[in-house]
This record gives sequence, structure tokens and C-alpha cells, in this order.
Amino acid sequence: MWQYEKKLQYPVKIKNPNPKIAQLVISQFGGPDGELGASMRYLSQRYSMPYDELRAILTDVGTEELAHMEMVSAIVYQLTRNLTPDEIKRSGFDKYFVDHTSAVYPIAASSLPWRAEYIGVKGDVITDLHEDLGAEQKARTTYDNLLRLIDDPDVRDPLKFLRQREIVHYQRFGEGLRLATDRLDSKNFYACNPSFDKNCGK
Amino acid sequence: MDNRAALVKRIHALDFALLELNLFLDTHPDCEEALYKRREYQAERMALIEAYESQYGPYVVTAKQVQGEHWSWVDGPWPWEYGREC
Repeated sequence: MWQYEKKLQYPVKIKNPNPKIAQLVISQFGGPDGELGASMRYLSQRYSMPYDELRAILTDVGTEELAHMEMVSAIVYQLTRNLTPDEIKRSGFDKYFVDHTSAVYPIAASSLPWRAEYIGVKGDVITDLHEDLGAEQKARTTYDNLLRLIDDPDVRDPLKFLRQREIVHYQRFGEGLRLATDRLDSKNFYACNPSFDKNCGK
Repeated sequence: MDNRAALVKRIHALDFALLELNLFLDTHPDCEEALYKRREYQAERMALIEAYESQYGPYVVTAKQVQGEHWSWVDGPWPWEYGREC
């Protein structure tokens, strides 16, 4: 189960609304490499993980991703406060506004709604951990791209924090992969799937 | 910075340090140094949360005590509401 803490993991305090960049940042909520998908990926994968350390790291990183989803949503929320119809039209936010007003809905910057195809949950420890390592790097690249396009320091600051977390998670998943392969046949890691085959690696 | 803000800032810093230790310990569950640091930070955090809740109301929804006749958990601003008047 989960329990809410009434705080953001890292503060989001944006002084100037800007619906133009809100439409870019929203990709890290509902886009292909966004925080919603990250959380769903890890929290779904953990059931078929064969080792306790991996069940733990997927649970805890998957939980942290929910906090990141909240931070990204807070950025979008604050960037779209108190808009006038004229600002909505000029910024290109009008198409989103028609469907969602100023609510925060999980879509990509390209406007595609979030979909489960963004995540891989394969039931094989090596496959799933490589998916996770790739996912962390894809999210890091997306934050790099956002930082290339956004000048406002109030928005850049939390984005830089989130980018850094991708790197920490990548490190932990790399350690998880090492823990897994240490328990498998060093001559052939693929001889069996410890997530499914009984006595694999024993 | 007033006392409440200073207290919250320190608790948040400890929360973050504890999360980092949590993830590190997930892949290094027998690291004595990390376990020691975790105990140290956790003790400080518990004391500060107790101090916070006795003065300002619940820090978490399972707060030990809620003062007065009002369920202050509902009171804003909520974490995403920067700029909203209290």
C-alpha cells in the first residue's frame, strides 16, 4: 500500500505562467518516457522479479517515480495558471484547452495520450532490467531536450533535479543487473529464466 | 526564514538523504556504513516531525495527534499550489 506525504520531493515554485512550455514539459507526465510510464513499468515488473533486492529496488524506484509524476504535474499546473483566452490562443495551448481546460492530463508533447505500449513488462529478469536501464536513459535524454528548449530558471531547476534522479536510478538498476547475473551461470546467463524456471541458478 | 519553514526544509533534506540511502541499501543490504547513517538520519527526522506536529498539525496523515476541533490535514496550500494564500 501507499501513504501520501503532503510535500513535493523537490520544490516547484514557478513565478511566470507559460502555456507554451507547459505543452513540452507535459511529455514527462504522459509521454513515451514520462514519469507515469516509469512508475507503471517498475511497479508492474516487480511481481515477476526473482530476487529480493530487485523486488525492493523496483518497488522503491517505482514509488519515487510517483513523486516525480507529481512534480512534473505541478510544473504543468503552475505554468497554466490564470490564463486569458488571448494567451491560450497565442501560445498554441488552445487545442489542449478545448479538451481539458487547465486540468493536467497525461499526454505527450506530440499530444498523444499516455498508453501502456510505452512500457515493457516481459517477466524475464535480464530483459526487464535492460528495459529499465534504457528507460532511465530515455528519460534523461528527454530532460536534456527540455533543458535545451527552456530558459526559465524556475522551470529548469526542478527539471535538473529530475534529470539527476534518472542517473541515480540507472546506477541502482545496473547494480541490480549485476546482482542478478552473479546468481546465474556465468557461461550463459540465458541458460534459463530465473523469473519462471524452477531451480534456475541454484 | 521562519521556524516552520526552517523545520520543513530540514525534514525534507533528511527525507531525501533517507530515500537515497534506501535505494542504495536495496542493492547493498549489508553495507554497515549506510545502515549507520540511516539510523542517524531517521532519529533526527523522527524528533523534528514530532516537533513540527506538536506546533503546526499533521506532517503525515497518520500523525500521532491532531490538535483542536479541526481536521487540519485538509488545509492548504497543497504541495503543488505555489503562490496560493494560506
